[in-house]
Amino acid sequence: MNTYKAKIKITLRKGILDVQGKAVEQALHSMDYDIMENVRIGKYVELDITAQNDGQAEEFVREACEKIIANPIVEDYEIEILEQA
Amino acid sequence: MKFGVVVFPGSNCDHDALYATSKNVAAESVEIWHKDTNIPSDVSCVILPGGFSFGDYLRCGSIASFSPIMKEVINFANKGGYVIGICNGFQILTESGLLPGTLLRNESLNFVCKDVYLKVENNNNIFTKDLKKDSVLRIPVAHGEGNYYADDNTIEKLENNNQIVFRYSDVNGEITKESNPNGAINNIAGICNEKGNVLGMMPHPERYSDEILGCNDGVGIFNSILKNINN
Repeated sequence: MNTYKAKIKITLRKGILDVQGKAVEQALHSMDYDIMENVRIGKYVELDITAQNDGQAEEFVREACEKIIANPIVEDYEIEILEQA
Repeated sequence: MKFGVVVFPGSNCDHDALYATSKNVAAESVEIWHKDTNIPSDVSCVILPGGFSFGDYLRCGSIASFSPIMKEVINFANKGGYVIGICNGFQILTESGLLPGTLLRNESLNFVCKDVYLKVENNNNIFTKDLKKDSVLRIPVAHGEGNYYADDNTIEKLENNNQIVFRYSDVNGEITKESNPNGAINNIAGICNEKGNVLGMMPHPERYSDEILGCNDGVGIFNSILKNINN
């Protein structure tokens, strides 16, 4: 068995109004950062997982994302699996 | 009949629900701890109360939906048992899959705490059977994530099956943008499942169940449950 670190990036699905992102964008514009737009705010989750290989680790993390870590109705997620040194 | 009010860590409307169902309505009411693994056999309606279960960590209701008691609540509902989720309880019902859709952050980003008007859209279920269709109730809301969202197909299904039980309206029952406190699609304030035995709603009927508060429009819902479960 190996230990891996899973890094999970969760974002609101495209097309769903991100009211937090919009508020931050307005604040940026009021600071004259007109060059910045389309602010989207998400979540970042990190966890350690023991599995036979990186493929199995990803499979378990994906399963957990579907069940609890993300809300598949409105959120997308990306998983990165890194081998622990 | 007996109501069972589930208490999660962070629930804060559990006592209001117990009070409303045992003092304002002629029913009995018991607490059910979230770690319990069975629902007392004499309970015929489970209430998931409002509050901030597990501190709203991760997403509102997401952690509570995996509490030991929720396995039982899901079984109970699947067997036709009656369940009502209020505010955080509604969020727990969507997270656990007993109701479709989800509750997003309010469009205004503000926590909204005020009285709203609700139009009774459907009285084909025990929760609203004794209320007049198209009547208007004054009930308080208190939430930061009450913006009901579901994909277009789900919304169409909810509309076609008459699963929308309450909509935010003005005092005359007109469904207007101004009367929508959180940006919910189609002013949806409460929905039921297809069978009609599970209701989720953001507004708090338990908070307006005692005349002493100046409005007891909420008590009609609990009375309707009591009367129609017994029948």
